[in-house]
Amino acid sequence: MHAQKSGMKTALSIMIFDENRIRASIIEEGLREAGHDRVVVIHDIVGLARQIEVIGPDVIVIDIETPNRDMLEHLFQLTRSVRKPIAMFVDRSDSSSIEAAVEAGVSAYVVDGLKKERVKPILDMAVSRFKAFSRLQQELADAKSALEERKIIERAKGILMKSRKLSEDDAYALLRQTAMNEKKKLADIAQSVVMAAAILEG
Amino acid sequence: MSFIRTGIDKSQGSGVAAPATIRSEGTRLVRAGFIPLVDASVLIAASEFGFAAREGVQLDLVKDVSWANIRDRLAFRQFDIAHMLAPMPVASALGLGSNPSPVIAPFSLGRGGNAITLSVQLYRRCQAKADLGGRENALTNAKALKLVIEEMRSNGEALPVLGMTYPFSSHNYELRYWLAAGGIHPDHDVKLVVVPPPMTSDALSAGAIDGFCVGAPWNMVAVARGVGRIVAVKEDIWPSSPEKVIGTRPEWAEQNPETLSRLIVALDHAAAWCDIPDNRRELAQVLAEQRYLDASAEIVHRVLLGEFTIDPDGTERTVPEYFSFHRDAANFPWTSQAQWIFSQMVRWGQVAYAPETSRQVLTAFRPDLYRNALGSRSDVPVDDLRVEGGAMDDGFIDGEVFNPQDIPAYLAGFDIQTSQPKSPEQTEI
Repeated sequence: MHAQKSGMKTALSIMIFDENRIRASIIEEGLREAGHDRVVVIHDIVGLARQIEVIGPDVIVIDIETPNRDMLEHLFQLTRSVRKPIAMFVDRSDSSSIEAAVEAGVSAYVVDGLKKERVKPILDMAVSRFKAFSRLQQELADAKSALEERKIIERAKGILMKSRKLSEDDAYALLRQTAMNEKKKLADIAQSVVMAAAILEG
Repeated sequence: MSFIRTGIDKSQGSGVAAPATIRSEGTRLVRAGFIPLVDASVLIAASEFGFAAREGVQLDLVKDVSWANIRDRLAFRQFDIAHMLAPMPVASALGLGSNPSPVIAPFSLGRGGNAITLSVQLYRRCQAKADLGGRENALTNAKALKLVIEEMRSNGEALPVLGMTYPFSSHNYELRYWLAAGGIHPDHDVKLVVVPPPMTSDALSAGAIDGFCVGAPWNMVAVARGVGRIVAVKEDIWPSSPEKVIGTRPEWAEQNPETLSRLIVALDHAAAWCDIPDNRRELAQVLAEQRYLDASAEIVHRVLLGEFTIDPDGTERTVPEYFSFHRDAANFPWTSQAQWIFSQMVRWGQVAYAPETSRQVLTAFRPDLYRNALGSRSDVPVDDLRVEGGAMDDGFIDGEVFNPQDIPAYLAGFDIQTSQPKSPEQTEI
């Protein structure tokens, strides 16, 4: 990270390291909207060290789930001529924002001595964009699994209609009744039917 | 028709799980971070085999992906305790690293577990250069590597890149110690990089690194995959070399003395259980589970027994004490070992030596807390420090002996070392 002369208040240089390209671009966009024009996004660990050396970011935002954080620690240990980066937070007494960041999966490095009012909005932005991204991801996963569930219920109905010679409505009623009796989800019971049929056939 | 009861698996893979945050009055819930490694055995066994429950402690184990996360989440009160590299509390005490908030180690998680692996290609070259048959000791292997490096340099070839885990790790200091014992300067003759242990085999087979020093089971995994050759184990470098510890915040220890004591008793019992060879199959099975190491139970079991295949050609080696979880006061946090770690930090230019800096290190390891919990027992050491590496079966690879009372004299005995540069000025921006 580059040393800057005191008193000079140049725009902060921000680096986003995230192997997830979509999430990285969501954060980048947010930062640009907030008026930060010195934002660099890095996706690949290869060459990261060199990039940090060249760009000398004031703030690095990094996904907390990447094991590559330890690589950064080593890098900071080696690059002695530059300012010392500190992990994550400018104000460690602010435990609620720390918790929010960890829960959202954000970690960050900030050059030591940077005023906290300059850094906090950046971290807050990263946290809210990380959260928005995982919400989107969850919605997508939910939609996918709802579709999967419908498919499996259809298959189970078909199996029951054939093996028990039931109408579609009766097959569905049997599944529902069994689910209620066993206190399970309809999709779980349907999955059991499909598996049982597969085993009996196989 | 009867239904087979089965559920649709909805669990989604996530590297970092959220720890429980609710702590009700009276329950002794202890949130513990760990990295999936065999040397987390004692902590995992304490939770899985009832040792913690017997002391009224409920361990909430949270798997994490990096030592930096472990350090930060302990500092930011997400964890009460954590499985840590022994040098981490020492680094904190000295203000090193990007988040040096206070950490103390009241309990050591045992000895052993590390090894140094070279790529098969690099090792074969060492064999050819130094006429190695494959049964040579770790020092001979290091000297052979030196010959190869000299040849590489005169040919204008790129020097070897070696991976380790963290700047303040036993792996970093052990790898450096081994290299230097063979006459190789770790900062001039090779390039050291950090590679997350689960990625070492891939990095080796991709040619991104030429060797590495990490904990179990990753060295054995590299051999099993046919890409790595084990050339040294921790026991070859220094059997007593401190490995992982239980770290906690001093303020948590002060506020929860009773819980900490019970925890130490539970860990002590778990460690004794882990040391019994007959228990190691059961231990291996639990460690291998997805929520812990997510590795082959067979490899983990062999690793626990110290039975290795060190070369893809089938060469075997047995190191019976490869893991010592309890015996010979393996859990005692010797302040002399914290001082040895400090000496290595000085040797490799991470910090400058000063008598007051050496005194600062004394806050990192806390044998007093260990004694508070277990003190009445006869096998608890009376002293906090000792001369290290002096015993017949506990020597350093180069025959040096560490006297914690005279670190400058100890360091003066090494030809190969790196000096500490000046630190930059601090200004607010």
